Amino acid sequence: MESSPLNYKNKIMIAPDKDHAALANEFNKDEQRVDWHDETLWWVRQKRDNAVKKLPEWEELREAGSQIKNNVLGNLNYYLQQFETNAKANGVHVHWALDAKEHNEIVLDLLLSKGINKIVKSKSMLTEECNLNDYLLDNGVNVIDSDLGEFIVQLANEHPSHIVLPCIHKKKEEIGELFHQHLGTPSGNSDPIFLTETARQHLRETFLARKAALTGVNFAVAETGEFVVCTNEGNADMGAHLADIHIASMGIEKIIPERKHLGVFLRLLTRSATGQPITTYSSHFKKPRSGASIHIIIVDNGRSKQLGREDFRNSLKCIRCGACMNTCPVYRRSGGHSYHSAIAGPIGSILAPNLDMEKHADLPFASTLCGSCTNVCPVKIDIHDQLYKWRQVIVKNGHAPLAKNAALSVMTKILSSPVLYKVAGKLGRLTMKWVPLVVNNRFNPWYKQRELPEVPKNSFGEWYKKNRNHESKDK
Amino acid sequence: MSSRDELLKAVAENQPMNFPLPEIEFLDSECIYLAETFINVLTSIGGAVVLIENLMEIETYILEKFKKSDRIVTTIPAIKWMAELIPATSIPPHALSNVDFAIIDTHCAVAENGAVWVTEKGIVNRALPFICQHLAVVVNARDIVSNMHSAYNLIGTDDYGYGTFISGPSKTADIEQSLVLGAHGPRSMTIFLIM
Repeated sequence: MESSPLNYKNKIMIAPDKDHAALANEFNKDEQRVDWHDETLWWVRQKRDNAVKKLPEWEELREAGSQIKNNVLGNLNYYLQQFETNAKANGVHVHWALDAKEHNEIVLDLLLSKGINKIVKSKSMLTEECNLNDYLLDNGVNVIDSDLGEFIVQLANEHPSHIVLPCIHKKKEEIGELFHQHLGTPSGNSDPIFLTETARQHLRETFLARKAALTGVNFAVAETGEFVVCTNEGNADMGAHLADIHIASMGIEKIIPERKHLGVFLRLLTRSATGQPITTYSSHFKKPRSGASIHIIIVDNGRSKQLGREDFRNSLKCIRCGACMNTCPVYRRSGGHSYHSAIAGPIGSILAPNLDMEKHADLPFASTLCGSCTNVCPVKIDIHDQLYKWRQVIVKNGHAPLAKNAALSVMTKILSSPVLYKVAGKLGRLTMKWVPLVVNNRFNPWYKQRELPEVPKNSFGEWYKKNRNHESKDK
Repeated sequence: MSSRDELLKAVAENQPMNFPLPEIEFLDSECIYLAETFINVLTSIGGAVVLIENLMEIETYILEKFKKSDRIVTTIPAIKWMAELIPATSIPPHALSNVDFAIIDTHCAVAENGAVWVTEKGIVNRALPFICQHLAVVVNARDIVSNMHSAYNLIGTDDYGYGTFISGPSKTADIEQSLVLGAHGPRSMTIFLIM
C-alpha cells in the first residue's frame, strides 16, 4: 500500500493568462454546480452564525482577538526573537527563510541530510503559497498530503480551492471516480463513509512508513516557544508522532504573545470556520519526543513588506478560518480556483497583490464591497476597506485592466462636462429604447446573468424642468 | 547578513507603533451546569458519555463492547487488571498501531466545547490517543471547567513536552460536507464521567 500514485509533478496550473472574471465565467457554465457550491458554503456560514450566537461575549472575544493581534504586529520583532529563544531552549531547531525559495530549500536540505525521500504533510497553506510540493517532486521527494480534502485535490492534480475545505468544489461522484482510478475502489461507489474509510486505510500505511512529517502552524507562543496545530482528522498528529523528524512551517504573523491568549484564538477559530466549538485536536508541540526532532521554519515571503503598508498590514492578523470566503457572494458563485492564488476569497484578494501586484491586479475587483467579510472576520480585519484601497493603488500603479482604464477615461470626460453628460444620457436612453440589443448582448459584462432595467422616458433634469412649477401635477 | 537578521531587520523597520495587550480575564466566565453542558456539547459533536461511580464499572463496558482478542490498553495503573498498562518507559509509537481501545485520564475538561486536556505525562506516548481505533477518557466531574480561559488558567505554566485538547472522535466533512466519524484518529470517543 505504501506505493503511491502521486509521483507526477506540475499540477494543472490555473491558466495564468486568465483573470478572475474569465475563470469565474468558466465556473459559471455549470449552473447547477454553482447553485450547489453557493448553498453549501452558505450552509457553513449559517453554522458559524449558530455557534457564534451561543456566546454572549462573542463581540468582546473578537475585540480581544483583534487587539492581541494589533499588539503582535507592533512588537513582532521582539516576539519572534522571544519565540526563537524559548523554542531553542525547548530543544527545537529554528530556521529562518526570507522567501518561498529559501523555505523550500531548507525543507529539502533537512530531508536529504537524513537520507529521506518521502514525506507526509498535513494542511499548510504556507507550503501551498511556496509551491513546496512541486519543488520537492522536482527534487525526487515523494509528498503525500494527508488531510482528506488535500489528498483528494492531490489525486486530482489540482490545488485546494478553499483554505479550510480544500475540495469543496468537487462532487462526491468525481471523488469516487478519482478513488477508483488511483486506489482501486469499485467504479461508481461515491459513498462518503466508504471513501473516507478507504483513505483512512491507505493513509494509515503512509503514516506508519514515513520518517518525516510536515505540518503547518496555527499559533506560535512567544512566551513558551510552543506551537499549536489544529485538525479535525488527527492527521497532523498521526504524521508528527510517528515520524523521526517533524518540520513545521509558519509565517511570521503566526506569533501570539502568551499561552493564555490561545484561549481567545481557539474559541474564535473553529466557530468562525465551521461552527464547531473547537477542532477535534488542538495540539501543543513544545519539545521533541525522545529520539525525534522538531524543526520550525519561520517564513517572511512578503509579510514584512505588507507589515510596512499601513493600509494593508491588518491583513496579517488573519487566523485562516475561511469565514470571509463562506460569506462572500462572489466567492460562493465563482469558486476558489477563479482567484488563481494559494489563498482565495476576500482575504486572499488583499494578501495576493502584496506578493505580485500586476499578476493579482484583478483580485481586489472581484468583490461587491458588500462588507460581509469584514462583519464575520473573527479578528476584525477591515477586509472590504482594504479591497477598496487596493483598487486605488492598482489603478495608480497602472495595473488596471485596459477596458476598465478606457471606460474610466471616457467616464471622466463625460462627467466633467454638463453638456456631454446631457447628450450622453439622452443617447443612452434612445439606444435602450430603439436598439436595446446594442446593450443587451453577451459582450456587455453588465448584461451577464441580469436583465437591464427599463429606461425612463426622460432624465431627472428634464423631469424637474417640466415639473418644478406645478408640484401637484404628477402626484 | 544572515536570513534571520535580514528578516528581523525588515520586521523592525516596518512594524507599527506598539498597541497594548487587552485584559482578557473577564472572559473567564462562571458556568453553573458544568457537567450538563459538557455532556450536551460532547454528544452533539459525536462523543459518548458513560456515567460511572467508580473505575470498576469500566470493565462492564469493555466486556460489552470488545472481543477478548481486541488489544485494550490503558495508562491508568488503577485499572491495569482489566487492560494492558502502557509502561512509562518509552516504547516506539509504531508498537501501538494495533490498539483497538485505549483508556486514558485527564484532570481538565472543558464544558463549552467538550474537550479534554491531556499531556505527554498522562498519555505516556504521544501517538496513543490518535493511533487507537477507539478512545476513552476518564473524567472526574469536579475537573470540568467552564471555558478555554479557565482551562488555560488551570494549565498555567505547566512545562509539558506535548499537550492536546481532544474534543470527540476524529472526523472529516471533506466529501460534500457529509460528516464522517473516524478520519485518521479514533472512530469513537467515550468519556467515563465520574459524578
